[in-house]
Amino acid sequence: MKILVCITHVPDTTTKISFTDNNTKLNKAGVQFITGPYDDYALSRAIELKEASGGTVTVLNVGLAETEPTIRKALAVGADDAIRVNAEPTDAFFVATQIASIAKQNTYDLILMGRESIDFNSGQVHGLVGEMLGIPSVSPVMKLDIEGTTAKLSREIEGGKEQLEVSLPLVAGCQEPIAEWKIPNMRGIMTARTKPLKVVEPTGKEELTTVTKYELPAPKGACKMIPAEEAEKLITLLRTEAKVL
Amino acid sequence: MATSTLDTSVSANKKQANDVFESPDFYQIDDLLTEEHKLIRSSIRSFVKKEISPIIEDYAQRAAFPQHLVKKFGEIGAFGPTIPAEYGGGGLDYIAYGLIMQEIERGDSGMRSTASVQGSLVMYPIYAFGSEEQRKKYLPKLASGEWLGCFGLTEPDFGSNPAGMLTTIKDAGDYYLLNGSKMWISNSPMADVAVVWAKNEDGRIRGVIVERGMEGFSTPEIHNKWSLRASCTGELVFDNVKIPKANLLPNIDGLKGPLKCLDSARYGIAWGALGAAMDCYDSARRYAMERIQFDKPIASFQLIQKKLAEMLTEITKAQLVCWRLGMLKNEGKATTTQISLAKRNNVEMALHIAREARQIHGGMGITGEYSIMRHMMNLESVITYEGTHDIHLLILGNEITGIPAFK
Ligand SMILES: Cc1cc2nc3c(=O)[nH]c(=O)nc-3n(C[C@H](O)[C@H](O)[C@H](O)COP(=O)(O)OP(=O)(O)OC[C@H]3O[C@@H](n4cnc5c(N)ncnc54)[C@H](O)[C@@H]3O)c2cc1C
Repeated sequence: MKILVCITHVPDTTTKISFTDNNTKLNKAGVQFITGPYDDYALSRAIELKEASGGTVTVLNVGLAETEPTIRKALAVGADDAIRVNAEPTDAFFVATQIASIAKQNTYDLILMGRESIDFNSGQVHGLVGEMLGIPSVSPVMKLDIEGTTAKLSREIEGGKEQLEVSLPLVAGCQEPIAEWKIPNMRGIMTARTKPLKVVEPTGKEELTTVTKYELPAPKGACKMIPAEEAEKLITLLRTEAKVL
Repeated sequence: MATSTLDTSVSANKKQANDVFESPDFYQIDDLLTEEHKLIRSSIRSFVKKEISPIIEDYAQRAAFPQHLVKKFGEIGAFGPTIPAEYGGGGLDYIAYGLIMQEIERGDSGMRSTASVQGSLVMYPIYAFGSEEQRKKYLPKLASGEWLGCFGLTEPDFGSNPAGMLTTIKDAGDYYLLNGSKMWISNSPMADVAVVWAKNEDGRIRGVIVERGMEGFSTPEIHNKWSLRASCTGELVFDNVKIPKANLLPNIDGLKGPLKCLDSARYGIAWGALGAAMDCYDSARRYAMERIQFDKPIASFQLIQKKLAEMLTEITKAQLVCWRLGMLKNEGKATTTQISLAKRNNVEMALHIAREARQIHGGMGITGEYSIMRHMMNLESVITYEGTHDIHLLILGNEITGIPAFK
């Protein structure tokens, strides 16, 4: 089985966010980048599937050279080879176009990725890739098993779970508890040095969105405690200060 | 929209237990590391957060050795990371080895001791002084954690002065006969293999590989330690043990054999102690910011700030010492005395920081809620083994003056 795992390179979730270029770009100075946590679940499940029944795992990242440590980590965890599409991942449509283009050149049985990235959290790429390739896409997948050419999935839906059987090939947006995150071991890190990492140029530059401005949420205001017996005061404050009534 | 239970307010790297450790890097020493070094460090840190932090306090309180970790250390690659891959090692450099030791000791000095002994004191001599058959027979099993090893140099009456050892090997034709005893041996009660140093008929120190199950070989445990409680320590007793001739380390003769092993282990300790110090500092810094007394975080008092500022200063200096020593080791240029300086400086630094950090934690600092007291007690062993604090002064004094002051 051939598995493609698409990974993002995103700021650590504890990052203090600030912007540059007139509030249109993230200020990357001093920011620590990690593999998208949901992508890490996808990668871990892919490695497990490979270990159980053979095949290959290719990791794909749309990003500039700065993302290579994240790609090497995925190779250290056990992916066989990697492709980096040399472009800034500007929006979901652009990224999905790149993934679909790579997928068309190689036939993958499974295309796994996180349910969403944790920088922009739009959660659209798996759906777009499925459409572009004309194959099913499912998200958020919490359980994934393969039997022959059928994938058995469990998906979280509003207020419950859905069990699905989907024929391969398939795109899945993954989340826990699909697998446990894997920690690369020292031998894996050493062998990752020589695993192939192919850099390809993007196809097309079509972007459907441009960011005009980012804004941080307003800082949380101080909390005012009002004793229960003065409930009237609360109403006044909601009218005059918070202006929500 | 369906929701994930992933708590994105907690970093992916920091999800394990409540261990939120972050290492200080005041002088941007990370810029001196390769991406691979940083990946090694973050991987071992994740391993420690997942496998060691959640259980270590309990094992230390019960004075029990977490034996299940031996295999896990093997899997992650903490045993013999500098040994070439063909023998099951990691084929990594000495900065990588140092960072691995730093991160493990950040969790617990006893666990670092287990890894140091296996890598530097058992695998290293077999790799450096052993025959090809010995390398092939022992190294892969030691690297994977299938076998645990120990290193027998110290004797009841010969600690700082190992040259005086009384343990002997005698050529008995088809085999050697090993007699004597070793004391304070890390891992001994659980070990499958022991690298033992003994004197031959000519009074020359030679190394032999002793295997559990050999007749006349026993490994009584030493109980009631207040330090390294999660590491097992014991004796090695040899009563006419028949050692096959193939178990003699062929390529080393004299005290320099064990001393070379100690060089490698002491180098790891210099980094390890740094890890323990970082953990104490990180915990103290967080505690000081959160603990309110006199209506303010205690971090707002100058006396607390002085402690924290001094800790960061000493950690930063020790980081630079480690990094430079590691580069020298990579070039094959690090000397025994340079290693002595680093081991001595960093362990004392760590012990001092542990004591200051314990003060900052007030009463909480004496409990198992925090790692501080455990680090502090552990470091009392670390400052004693692999050359006591004072013996390293004598080693340096000898280097400076050319006059040995040992006797
Ligand atoms: C937990 C633990 C684990 C250990 N693991 C191992 C192991 O795996 N393998 C192994 O071989 N050993 C091991 N050791 C032994 C350790 O290396 C020795 O304890 C150490 O070398 C000191 O020896 P000693 O305890 O006999 O003290 P001594 O040598 O008796 O020293 C006592 C004191 O006298 C001082 N002293 C001695 N000689 C001089 C001198 N010439 N001038 C000035 N001061 C001097 C010392 O600095 C020290 O303060 C371990 C020890 C401990 C505590």
